[in-house]
Amino acid sequence: MIDSATKILVFQALGEGAAFAFSIPIPGPVIGMLLLFLYLLAREHEAERLAVFSTKFLRHMALLFIPAAVGIMQHLDRVADEWLPILAALTISTWVSIAATAVVTRRIDHG
Amino acid sequence: MADSVWTHLSASPVTWLLATLMAYRFSLAVYEKAGRSPLAHPVAVSVALLVTGLGIAQVPYETYFDGARFIHFLLGPATVALAIPLYAQLKRIRRSWPKLLAGALLGSAASVITAVGIASLLGASHMTVLSMAAKSVTMPIAIGITGEIGGTASLTSALVMLTGILGATTAQGILKRMGMTDPGTSGFALGVAAHGIGASRAFQLNQEMGAFAGLAMGLAGALTATLLPFCLRLAGF
Repeated sequence: MIDSATKILVFQALGEGAAFAFSIPIPGPVIGMLLLFLYLLAREHEAERLAVFSTKFLRHMALLFIPAAVGIMQHLDRVADEWLPILAALTISTWVSIAATAVVTRRIDHG
Repeated sequence: MADSVWTHLSASPVTWLLATLMAYRFSLAVYEKAGRSPLAHPVAVSVALLVTGLGIAQVPYETYFDGARFIHFLLGPATVALAIPLYAQLKRIRRSWPKLLAGALLGSAASVITAVGIASLLGASHMTVLSMAAKSVTMPIAIGITGEIGGTASLTSALVMLTGILGATTAQGILKRMGMTDPGTSGFALGVAAHGIGASRAFQLNQEMGAFAGLAMGLAGALTATLLPFCLRLAGF
């Protein structure tokens, strides 16, 4: 477990370092995710052991969203003022996105 | 005595770390009781509880976050760790990856453009529009993107949550009306539009649907994070 956690933090640090060093406008952890993905393509045997850790860790990913989401308490006025554009934009764009994705990926070849 | 203990505790990080965990545990129980309905999503219930509690106790968000930031930090490692299930999924779909990549790209673009466009047209403020751009992306990545493009993390996370609930509750209706019944396609659409909340809904309906939703969530997140900051810069936002 410590081994897997260390590897994940190494890739996060690499991603954040790369984002800063090359002024890449991509969040550092996302770069870390892409680097870890490439690493797994190169070293397949590591994936299984890391998966044991990531499955446990990501099972409660929802918990990690709470601290940021509680910050909505600072924006209650904004939400009260702008609820109509917010709701309209969220609803329509979610439906359009579902329809567009479904049309493009219709009939996926399995296997 | 009790007053001064409370004054001490309410300023201590342990209190708000504990409150967050307790709210989450309680919300999980509510979610199970509600038959895992997306409307009773644990994040929504936890946030409602904590915002109400902090309001009553008159504790500012900064004090709360001082404790809760230990949990918040883990969003970074969680983002990195998403590479692992993504890698496992990608091995299953070697043959159809061009189509899936195209679907994730187009679905994500449609989501960002319509959300930003409609919100702007209806007169939402610049900050709201920026915070909305990443709303279809899984929360840890969305918070990273919003920091990159100048939105507000807390507003974005609320919008991400609402989008997930909206997508998870309405997707089946839309897909049925379009005559889309393939579980792979339905799951993939849910994952692109409604990230993790959509994916957990998909897993409830069908394992295959869930697997495709998880893959879609990872692809859409990576693509949006890679392309959106560049595109907004080009568009002069």
